Amino acid sequence: MAEFEAQSGVTQDTFLAVGDLGYGVVESFQKRFPDRYLNVGIAEQNMAGVAAGLAMTGFNVFTYSIANFPTLRCLEQIRNDICYHGASVKIVSVGAGLAYGSLGYSHHAVQDIACLRGFPGILMATPGDPAEARAVTRYLCQTRGPAYLRLGKAGEICVHPNDVELEATKHWFPIARTGSGRSMILCCGSVLALAEPVAVSAGAELRSAALWADDAPTRAAILQMVGSVDRVVVVEEHLTAGGFGSFVRECLDSRPDLQSRVRSIALDSAACSAVGSQGYLRGMGLLTAERIKACLS
Amino acid sequence: MSSARIESLREVAAEIRIRTLDMVTLAKASHVAGALSMADILAVLYGVGGRLLVRDGEPAWPNRDRFLLSKGHACTALYAALSLRGFVAREQLERYAQDGQPLMSHASHKVPGIELSTGSLGHALPVACGLALGARIKAEAWRTVVILSDGELDEGSNWEAAMFAAHHRLGRLVAIVDNNRMQAMGPVESVLSLGSLPDKFRSFGWDVVDLDGHDLHALYGALDLDSRAATGRPLVIVANTIKGKGVDFMENDIVWHYRNPSTEQRDVAVAQLRAGRVS
Repeated sequence: MAEFEAQSGVTQDTFLAVGDLGYGVVESFQKRFPDRYLNVGIAEQNMAGVAAGLAMTGFNVFTYSIANFPTLRCLEQIRNDICYHGASVKIVSVGAGLAYGSLGYSHHAVQDIACLRGFPGILMATPGDPAEARAVTRYLCQTRGPAYLRLGKAGEICVHPNDVELEATKHWFPIARTGSGRSMILCCGSVLALAEPVAVSAGAELRSAALWADDAPTRAAILQMVGSVDRVVVVEEHLTAGGFGSFVRECLDSRPDLQSRVRSIALDSAACSAVGSQGYLRGMGLLTAERIKACLS
Repeated sequence: MSSARIESLREVAAEIRIRTLDMVTLAKASHVAGALSMADILAVLYGVGGRLLVRDGEPAWPNRDRFLLSKGHACTALYAALSLRGFVAREQLERYAQDGQPLMSHASHKVPGIELSTGSLGHALPVACGLALGARIKAEAWRTVVILSDGELDEGSNWEAAMFAAHHRLGRLVAIVDNNRMQAMGPVESVLSLGSLPDKFRSFGWDVVDLDGHDLHALYGALDLDSRAATGRPLVIVANTIKGKGVDFMENDIVWHYRNPSTEQRDVAVAQLRAGRVS
């Protein structure tokens, strides 16, 4: 949020719309940019539609809420009003994955990537740590068009030792740890910190899918990454169906010779019916460091 | 308003209906009755000397009033109205709903003059709220007008937006409900009663005008957009209409939500319209 606020001082077209969430987080922005802030109320369909309309008048609108509320609750508004029109709306979900684990299934955002990534024109921003989150936020403030920003909660571990800058637009898979061998762990989202010690001990390269889209440049980048090593383990805090691992496999449709190099670790649906901390639920969903390690070999 | 202007708008309405009938007949398309019910409203908006501020042949003119058709299935009447203002070529209408053509069977923003693609109901009023709010923040003077169907008010998103518009005092927003009292499977009253629409909107904090949606004089008076901003309240016009208006065998018959007219039926319908049956 601090990065968003800083960028909003530079780019005069950012607009923040919240769905009555963000207490203690958005007030500074609201105070500084009262004309570019709006609490729409607990009405996400309207929030997405209003955001599309505001975008059509020239604003770069960020809609902000938690878990599934800014995404699944208003999925058709995102599909039709935002993506189909190429409206410059960035949908921000905080607490994606199992970050709100103890709040129960209503707050487990584990199907969001599957729902959103197929909309033509949407950019997926799934940063792995706070440094990446700041970098993609800067980028999203400076670019037009629809995007989904999938964030954890506050307090995630910084895996990158220093600030990072986007190297390419439209897709960005930053290296968090260089490897010494022929294997790679490719993380989508905040599982980057979970995979980091495994990557270090196994000498695997650790990469993050910080920015991607279902488009030709991203598909080419994934082909290139998979082609460069003997083993890629894709890790995500999302159900298997339709997630990032599923996307990686789709990218390899035309290259059957590369398909056996990829292992995918996503959540087992057992995580859905349980309540507990993020760590507990990851265990229930078989999303563990041990499993990542086993898949590397 | 002068009677000459009323007569001129009456001719526009008849022409919208005739072009609509031609499109659905040629394309064997449905939804003709819901297009006919709002033709008079479109005439008052888009007719020369009408209430919507647009420039002929300049669909992207920055100061234009924004018009959104929430009941996107009735797009034929809108395409017809746009063709009368030079946004859509007349011959394009003949290719309505054909392979690879821009005029699809629900309103499409790929067509010059159409702001928002619709087809799924309950989408346009929230977007209209965003447009109206954006215009106000940017101190731009254009207005935002939406036509909704009564049936689509089943969708809760409309009521989220209705609350929002009143709360944020979107005085330059006008919603027109094409209140033809029929929806896809039967009368609105039997599917899901709306109760009193004027009372509902009034209780949401809107200004309300309840009128005969085929009375051009009343529509022209109610759509005096220049006077709106000062009130600070959004306006809803509950336009009481007849589904299939202007063609006697289509009026109030649910089958014309779906059926396309034969060439013979088209000829009868056009003859009725040409004879000035619309009053």
